Amino acid sequence: MMMILVELFISFFQIGLFSFGGGYASIPLIFQQVTVVHTWMSELQLNDLITISQMTPGPIAINAATFIGIEMGGFWGSVVATCAVILPSIILVSILARFYMKYKDMLWLQDILAFLRPAVVALIASAGVSIMISAFFNEGIISFDTFLFYRLLFFFGALILIRKKNNPVLVMFLCGICEVIITLI
Amino acid sequence: MKKDLLKQLFISTFYLSAFTFGGGYVIISLMKEKFVNELKWIDEKEMLDLVAIAQSAPGAVAINGAIVIGYKLAGWKGILTATLATVLPPFMIISIISIFYHAFRTNILLAALLNGMQAGVAAIICSAVYDMAKGVVKENYTSVIIMFLAFIAAFFLNIDVTYIILFCIALALLKIIYTSRKGK
Repeated sequence: MMMILVELFISFFQIGLFSFGGGYASIPLIFQQVTVVHTWMSELQLNDLITISQMTPGPIAINAATFIGIEMGGFWGSVVATCAVILPSIILVSILARFYMKYKDMLWLQDILAFLRPAVVALIASAGVSIMISAFFNEGIISFDTFLFYRLLFFFGALILIRKKNNPVLVMFLCGICEVIITLI
Repeated sequence: MKKDLLKQLFISTFYLSAFTFGGGYVIISLMKEKFVNELKWIDEKEMLDLVAIAQSAPGAVAINGAIVIGYKLAGWKGILTATLATVLPPFMIISIISIFYHAFRTNILLAALLNGMQAGVAAIICSAVYDMAKGVVKENYTSVIIMFLAFIAAFFLNIDVTYIILFCIALALLKIIYTSRKGK
C-alpha cells in the first residue's frame, strides 16, 4: 500500500512539473506515466477519463490524479496523487509571484510584461475562438451543413446578458438549459 | 478583515471552480469578471500580469491562476485557501463519478446541457477578451502587433503556448538591450 502511494506521488509530481502549456499538454505525460511507465490503466480507460474530464469542471490533470488515485490506492491514493500534481505549481508560481511583487516597479520587468500582456490576451482569444467553433458547428466541423444557427442566438443572448452585468455562471447554465429544452421538443 | 478576505476568496474560487466547464482560459475569464470587475480587488493590467505568471509555470492554468491570485491577495494563506478551493470541486466530483461513470457518460440530457453551455462559455470569453484587448489597443502599436502575431501563432499555427511566451520574453530582452545601448 505504502509503495503504491509513493509511486503515485512520483508519477503525478512529474506530470505536474512538466506539463507546460496547461491542460492538454498534460495528456501525453499522463499517458506515458499511466500506461507505459506503470500499467495502471488501459488506453480505453484513459480515453474515458479524458471524455469525463471534458464533461466535468476542473483541469484534466487534477481529474486524472483524483480518478487514477482512487482506482489504485483508494481515498488516500487520490489525495496523494492530487497533492503531487499541484505541488510543482505551488512552488514555481509562488516563486514567480514573489519575484513579480518585489520587482514589478522595475523598468526592465515592466518592459517584459508590456510584451507579454498582449500575447496573453491573444492566447485567451485563441481559446475563445476554438470554443466558438465547437459551439456553433456540430462535432466541431466547419461547414454549411453542420452550422447550428440557434447556438449563434444563444451566444449573442449570453453576450448581451453578460455585458449587462448578469452573473456569468448563471448565464452559462441558462444556455445549457435552453439546449436541454430544444433536445426535449 | 483578513478573515473576511480569506472567506470571500475561498467562496469565490470554489464557486468558479465548481461551475467552470472547459479549459483553463474559461476560469481565467470568470476570475477576471469576479476579482477585477465585481470585487475590484485587482486592476485589469495587473490581472494580465498574473495570468502571464500563471502561464509561465508548468501545470493547469486554472490552478496556477488561483495560486497567483491567492498570493497577491493574502500571501501564503491566500495560496492555500485559493488552491484548496479550486481543487476541492473537481476532486469531489471525480470521486463521485468514479463510482458510476458509465451511466454518466451516456446520459443524453446531460450531454445536451454541456453542449448548450459552450455557447455561454464562448460569450464569457468574448466579453473578457473585449475588455482586455481594449486596454492593449490603448497602449501602443507594438502591443497591437504582438497581440495579432500571438493570435496567429496560437490559433492558426498551433504553436505551443510555452514557446509563444518565451519568444515574447526574448523580444522584450532584445528591446531592453537595444535601448540601454542607445542610452549610452
